[in-house]
Amino acid sequence: MSTTIVRLPEAQLRPLMAAYDASVRSRRANALLFVACVAVAMVLASISAEVSPGKLLENIHRFPSYIIRLFYLENGQPVWTDIGEWFWGLQRWLRLLAETLLMAYVGTLLGALAAAGLAFLAAANVAPGRWTRVIVRRFCELCRTVPELVFALLFVIAFGLGPMAGVLAVVIHTLGALGKLFAEVVENIDMKPVEGISSTGAPWHVAMRFGALPQVLSNFTSYTLLRFEINVRGAAVMGFVGAGGIGQDLIEAIRKFYYSDVSAILVLILITVAVIDSLTSILRHRLIGLEGRN
Amino acid sequence: MDAVRARYPEHFTRWSRQRFVMIGIAAALFLLLLFGMGQLGFFGGTLLTGVGRLFEIAGLMLPPDPGSWAHARAYGVALIETVAIALLGTLAAAVLALPVGFLAARNVTAQRLVRFLARRSLDTIRSVDILIWALIWINVVGLGPFAGALAIMTADIGSFGKLFSEAIEAADRKPVEGIASAGGSHLMGIRFGILPEVFPVLASQVLYYFESNTRSATIIGIVGAGGIGLHLAEAIRTLELQQTSFIILMILVTVAAIDVVSSQLRFAMIGRRAGIGK
Repeated sequence: MSTTIVRLPEAQLRPLMAAYDASVRSRRANALLFVACVAVAMVLASISAEVSPGKLLENIHRFPSYIIRLFYLENGQPVWTDIGEWFWGLQRWLRLLAETLLMAYVGTLLGALAAAGLAFLAAANVAPGRWTRVIVRRFCELCRTVPELVFALLFVIAFGLGPMAGVLAVVIHTLGALGKLFAEVVENIDMKPVEGISSTGAPWHVAMRFGALPQVLSNFTSYTLLRFEINVRGAAVMGFVGAGGIGQDLIEAIRKFYYSDVSAILVLILITVAVIDSLTSILRHRLIGLEGRN
Repeated sequence: MDAVRARYPEHFTRWSRQRFVMIGIAAALFLLLLFGMGQLGFFGGTLLTGVGRLFEIAGLMLPPDPGSWAHARAYGVALIETVAIALLGTLAAAVLALPVGFLAARNVTAQRLVRFLARRSLDTIRSVDILIWALIWINVVGLGPFAGALAIMTADIGSFGKLFSEAIEAADRKPVEGIASAGGSHLMGIRFGILPEVFPVLASQVLYYFESNTRSATIIGIVGAGGIGLHLAEAIRTLELQQTSFIILMILVTVAAIDVVSSQLRFAMIGRRAGIGK
């Protein structure tokens, strides 16, 4: 089957084509303007950040060679020729890794518990008072905007070197990040159960416990598991500022050029992170499955 | 009432099996928490004395004060440098991650091996913390903000590659099929079929990351990769607490400003459908 495409007469077509061209031209002009703005910003930023492509080109060969060097032992042999020598500090590193995981666990759980409490005070639909809501929101914002490591640095002064400073930094940051997410979850609940319970004369905390909490618990758990993944990574670098965990040994190895140690610790961290990620994702999918079944 | 009770016995048993399991899990989590707190030294005296000292420190931090005009100016310059690091790193990562994202997307790359390799390498890049990348780049280009920008770029290629590939996989197939049926090549299908559809989503993700990278850029200075972090770590270590709080305040204001600007831009780009790409 063949059809002929109807063409408009030239006189009618011309204004249409002109309008089409004009619209394409204006979009192109807009795109060009956008690109120009980005380019100017890039140039200004490059000046400020002391970017020098020459230095990069001159030294770029060091990047692969540094990474390759990580996988050679002190005697010049590749690391896999002598696994025992590569992981010579395995016991110590495993202990530090366990400490890192515990830091992440304790920090996540304490932070999540605090955030769960604060979320009900910060959610617009159930908050008991306007001022508490504003104050709690600002507090959460402060906790998540100041980077974890800055809290860790401050806590190291107050609590001394060691994992406690790291845990508390994780707690504060988790509280800030989860407080916001949890409050958003609470704001999206169905208010009818809460109203029903309140109408029987129950006080606020009872209405929250039986009206709101059952609706939000699975979402809270799922966000907490996601946060745990993030916090494992975070806890692994807490040691950079002396706040416990495997980071301490890692930065020492990097600074003192113990190449094979760096790769050994990095490999251990990567494996741990991968295992934790897959475990939590299995748990989260189970949780979603449970929710779908009910 | 008895009829209801007979029909739904599971709603009237106080101790159902599910409840036992739940309580068991909660108890196990709680015991692990206690064990962890014990291991990390929470039950010694350090916690209490530390909290006391923390209040003392907080008291000493007020009011925020840069100390001298010269300090304030140095902090301002460092802050601009921080934003510059974040901007450069984010944009460079976005440009480099775009092709990788297409390689890792199921609907673009039919080759399973290529896709697998692209995804695994993205995962590996993402698992290494930004501070570690900073330390590695310092070995390559020396101390300074350039190393910081490169570190942010490297870390973000991992995140962007994953996010971009997911956005591309979620794209509508019909425009691509239309282009293929009109005789367009595979590459043309990507350029005219997928790219216009995903570009706003990708751009909003890039903006979102720019904001979070500004936060990261404030700490990479702690390991010597430029930006305000160096001043901040120095002020904390030398116990110049009023300067510390001044710097923190400056960071908060900057991050809030960038937050406002980037969310305005995001709204302008994707319309009022907030939340996409987060």
